[in-house]
Amino acid sequence: MVEAHNIVRVAGVARTFTMGTQVVQALRGVDLTIKAGEYLSIMGPSGSGKSTLFNMIGGLDKPSTGKVFIDEVDIAQLDAYELAWLRNRKIGYIFQTFNLIQVMTALENVTLPMTFAGASQDEATEKGLELLGLVGLRERHAHRPQELSGGQQQRVAIARSLANTPAIVLADEPTGNLDLTTGEEIITLLKRLSSDRGVTVISATHDYKMLNVSDRVVWIRDGRIDKIEERAQLNITVGGIGTREG
Amino acid sequence: MSQAGGTTPKAGRSDRIARQVVLPFRKSLEISLKSIQVRFFRSMITVASLVLAVAFLSFTLTGSDVAVGLLQSGEPQQRLALVDAGYDLPSLPSAAVSPADEAARLTTSPKERWIVILSLLVCTVGIVNAQLMAVTERFREIGTMKCLGALDRFILRLFLLEAGMQGLAGSLLGAVCGVLIGLLVGLVRFGWAAVTNVSLVAIGATLGLSVAVGAGLSLLGVVYPAAVAARMRPVEAMRAQE
Ligand SMILES: Nc1ncnc2c1ncn2[C@@H]1O[C@H](COP(=O)(O)OP(=O)(O)O)[C@@H](O)[C@H]1O
Ligand SMILES: [Mg+2]
Repeated sequence: MVEAHNIVRVAGVARTFTMGTQVVQALRGVDLTIKAGEYLSIMGPSGSGKSTLFNMIGGLDKPSTGKVFIDEVDIAQLDAYELAWLRNRKIGYIFQTFNLIQVMTALENVTLPMTFAGASQDEATEKGLELLGLVGLRERHAHRPQELSGGQQQRVAIARSLANTPAIVLADEPTGNLDLTTGEEIITLLKRLSSDRGVTVISATHDYKMLNVSDRVVWIRDGRIDKIEERAQLNITVGGIGTREG
Repeated sequence: MSQAGGTTPKAGRSDRIARQVVLPFRKSLEISLKSIQVRFFRSMITVASLVLAVAFLSFTLTGSDVAVGLLQSGEPQQRLALVDAGYDLPSLPSAAVSPADEAARLTTSPKERWIVILSLLVCTVGIVNAQLMAVTERFREIGTMKCLGALDRFILRLFLLEAGMQGLAGSLLGAVCGVLIGLLVGLVRFGWAAVTNVSLVAIGATLGLSVAVGAGLSLLGVVYPAAVAARMRPVEAMRAQE
């Protein structure tokens, strides 16, 4: 990759939640720059603020202070349409609980973002089947989510996240609801898509299997960045947990 | 279509962007229909009170249609039957009361009217309640759609369409049941003359009015729940999973 640009820049982002008299500081000032095409993992224990950061980067929630830039555009400046456009075209989301629309088939789930993007039915169907093929579920296109296993649902969600060829795929604990082997399959798939398609993958997780495939790992603790490690350093630190293959 | 690494929208280009996130009407209709189909039982519960209230309305209206039909047959024994049944009419046509006035006396009494209005009110409250529950059940779905790029008005439109279709189907069912039962009761009280004398135009008007009132109430009942759903922020989709 030649001189990758900064696709995401998080500058001094803090987020507090007020619940009655209680104030929770979920993020306490996070600075982070993510390069296009990177596979980044945000690691940290439960409650450390990973999902909060995920929501900030994804334009799903606004920081209390600080700014988030996508392609050097401050997303706080975007109006409702532009935000919808960003969510529709620029970012693909993957959730721990898959979040497929239960009343729709796998194919309809994958084509919905394309419909929002103005694609015709034929165009969307063709591309939807192609994406389902990519995640190995082409022949399951007519199945509803409840007729699919967890791993299969997450594959459909991955296909859906790629619907409008986004620049960024954001994943919040994508393996959190899956067993060990299925989780590994999903990680391998994400990595393959990232290297084949040049998509930036940002994944919040506490699954150490993710370390093997990450270009960089951001360790987060109590709403602050603890340390950032490059892949080279990782092999030394967590050599015992998993060895890099390939 | 945007490629990986394409540019993010800048302020001042909103016009173009507004056109880029769309949900064609045909597609909205398709999604709403599917949603009703898949959640058929849920939809039945939502419209159950509407079916009953509309049936009551059309039953009451049919009652007066039958009475007016009997009166306008001009046969003295039908007039006597009406008087026997408790309608406030002179036993013989008299100059003091005009035919139009007499027909007006056969329409629903103020008390009956209040009961009908009250039942429609109760049913509207029921619809609001059922639709609020439906929105709560679908928090995650709504939030997910927003994450995929749906605008507030897509969500609003989906809920309104769904309620409109439910309302139409429910009130049609209720109205037809109400008319049939009304005619049956007429048959029992006044014999075949009740059915043969009733004006088709009047029954048609009763059906039309009942369906319109029912569909209107169904839409009215979903306005607030749909607005709640449309304004929901996508981040709540993730919170709802806990
Ligand atoms: N909407 C919210 N309201 C109140 N507190 C919240 C909310 N979202 C997150 N928090 C709190 O912020 C902290 C970080 O949460 P989160 O980002 O979900 O952590 P993680 O994803 O790393 O498990 C937690 O203490 C959590 O309780
Ligand atoms: Mg989390």
